[in-house]
Amino acid sequence: MFETDKKLLNNYQRDFPLVPRPYAEIGKQLGLSEGEVIENFSHHIESKTISRIGAVVKNGTIGASTLAAMKVPQEKLIDVAKIVSSFDEVNHNYEREHNFNLWFVITAPSEARLQEVLSEIEAKTKITPINLPMVRDYHLDLGFKISW
Amino acid sequence: MTAEILEIDVVDRAIIAATQGGLPLVPRPYDAIGDGVGLSGAEVRARMQEMLKSGIIRRIGAVPNHYKLGFSANGMTVWDVADEQISDLGKKVGALEFVSHCYHRPRHAPHWPYNMFAMVHGKNREEVESHAQEIAKILGSAVKGSDIIYSKRILKKTGLRISV
Repeated sequence: MFETDKKLLNNYQRDFPLVPRPYAEIGKQLGLSEGEVIENFSHHIESKTISRIGAVVKNGTIGASTLAAMKVPQEKLIDVAKIVSSFDEVNHNYEREHNFNLWFVITAPSEARLQEVLSEIEAKTKITPINLPMVRDYHLDLGFKISW
Repeated sequence: MTAEILEIDVVDRAIIAATQGGLPLVPRPYDAIGDGVGLSGAEVRARMQEMLKSGIIRRIGAVPNHYKLGFSANGMTVWDVADEQISDLGKKVGALEFVSHCYHRPRHAPHWPYNMFAMVHGKNREEVESHAQEIAKILGSAVKGSDIIYSKRILKKTGLRISV
């Protein structure tokens, strides 16, 4: 990976310039043109090394969210997962290697709606999810150092 | 036991919603965001600056994809940590370079004894396990039990949906 690519990925995970032409500003810092910076970022997004350039929002700022887990008999997993994923409020749903084998994140505009989604999931699947809402966030989000 | 929900106004909400898909890759991305929400680019930047200051926005920048960067073994490490020590210890674990998320969550006795979650990234499971041992060292005698839960399959993954 080229030196400028590393810098593009490592140096701009935070403090992305809040100026009218941020890509031109980054270009100035790295000795690239505005077009080259845009092209490089586009390339990284297409190849999925970065998922996007964006604002990372603090948890709990824009509604209610929780992590929930269920113990699903293996033969029912696909059907239960489909029911869970069918809710728009479920944005992540993972099968994991554990007794609790289905893990999902619910994000809703209100705590009331979040509880409603949990109840509906229980009613439709006949399995009670454990509700694991965040009590406190301990992570200092400084970005992720890419070293190679 | 639920995190407090901060109230933010509809304009800030609209800006956040508009940026969730990513800042547009055009020369004047904030103007483009502004066009969508009825603001000038300067107003968008001023509001984003304010949200950074107040902590609503944690950071603005490139969001790396751990998986594609070769960190393909992600283990959700879970810990049963003494309640009176979780706050101090959680901060230490949350500051580790290989930890991308670290949360205090409620226990659900007797089926779920763990109250601390730390997502650990490694190039393979051996690396995840050695990272977990580093966490165990930090937690010391405050930890009564732990586990590492690996993901098997992603069944759904969509960006955050925000109703404005």
